[in-house]
Amino acid sequence: MECVFGLVGNGFAIVAADTSAVHSILLHKNNEDKIMVLDSHKLVAASGEPGDRVQFTEYVQKNVSLYKFRNGISLTTAAAANFTRGELATALRKNPYSVNILMAGYDDEAGASLYYIDYIATLHKVDKGAFGYGSYFSLSTMDRHYRSDMSVEEAIELVDKCILEIRSRLVVAPPNFVIKIVDKDGARDYAWRQSVKDVTTAAV
Amino acid sequence: MVAADSRASMGGYISSQSVKKIIEINPYMLGTMAGGAADCQFWHRNLGIKCRLHELENKRRISVSGASKLLANMLYSYRGMGLSVGTMIAGWDETGPGLYYVDNQGGRLKGDRFSVGSGSPYAYGVLDSGYKYDMSVEEASELARRSIYHATFRDGASGGVASVYHVGPEGWTKLSGDDVGELHYHYYPVAPAIAEQVMEEATAE
Repeated sequence: MECVFGLVGNGFAIVAADTSAVHSILLHKNNEDKIMVLDSHKLVAASGEPGDRVQFTEYVQKNVSLYKFRNGISLTTAAAANFTRGELATALRKNPYSVNILMAGYDDEAGASLYYIDYIATLHKVDKGAFGYGSYFSLSTMDRHYRSDMSVEEAIELVDKCILEIRSRLVVAPPNFVIKIVDKDGARDYAWRQSVKDVTTAAV
Repeated sequence: MVAADSRASMGGYISSQSVKKIIEINPYMLGTMAGGAADCQFWHRNLGIKCRLHELENKRRISVSGASKLLANMLYSYRGMGLSVGTMIAGWDETGPGLYYVDNQGGRLKGDRFSVGSGSPYAYGVLDSGYKYDMSVEEASELARRSIYHATFRDGASGGVASVYHVGPEGWTKLSGDDVGELHYHYYPVAPAIAEQVMEEATAE
């Protein structure tokens, strides 16, 4: 099952997601990037049904871009999160999307923030959050070791603790993870944690 | 390199051993069929139409990424309505070779190798252990043929003819089409057994 988790630190937010693309018992791909860069200072880590995940996050991404083109200014993380929740809520009683989202962003006024948006359109602003079976292990690990003013190094140590716990305790644990960070300098890849490297070329 | 078997089954009944599961969308793009035969044939034909329209509207060939996205979006709009399509879109465009896996849930994955269908785990086993990114065309076509053969050996819903196609800068070409029953004896020939005791003909009395 797909594991997504994230936390907010001192002026930054980090999200990590597994990179397995699974269909029943088959692992089709182990380097699938599930953390989308929504715009220059926002990340969306999504887990859920394969079609819904890509289609819904791309839909949100295009609408966020449209707002920027129309108004000359980017949406704040809070506004983007509320927009996303609104779209999930509208579709919920007709044609629901099965996507769980952790939206991380950095705004000049609000600083770094993390929003927990689940598939039935729950929205919470949180310091740390997680989805999937991995959440059973990562949430308590984060609860134990998290402090509100962690540095990037301390936060990465905590993320690695969570990844290690998921790898060692979850029966069908995903082998590889991707970690992305967003801070005042923007949203970008931080690292990949790969225990199974594919034989071929770089990640797609 | 694209390969497929040619068996169609309805439950336990084999309805055909000669189904064309590699669909020629256009001279430089192929699609494979897994799941519902009608759905795959129809939607691949529909994709071919959309690709041709793209060529006419934009005066250039559609990319493999674009074609697979068109198909994924079409299938996504029918999600929950019972379509059954597990397909790979393989082709050549200006970025080089492209391979995408697209299914009826709207999922779309870019990759270097995929296996789809009921026999896919068996094919993955052979494919993964023999694969190298820089293998030659001959090695790759033999690996593809072997993967299909081994899948047909173990999976009841796979069989018939193993077709292998090559996709290159000039487009696709069909490399081979071998009956898997014959392939079996080609790979595992039966050595003549040494009889320990032979029954002799009784003489007429």
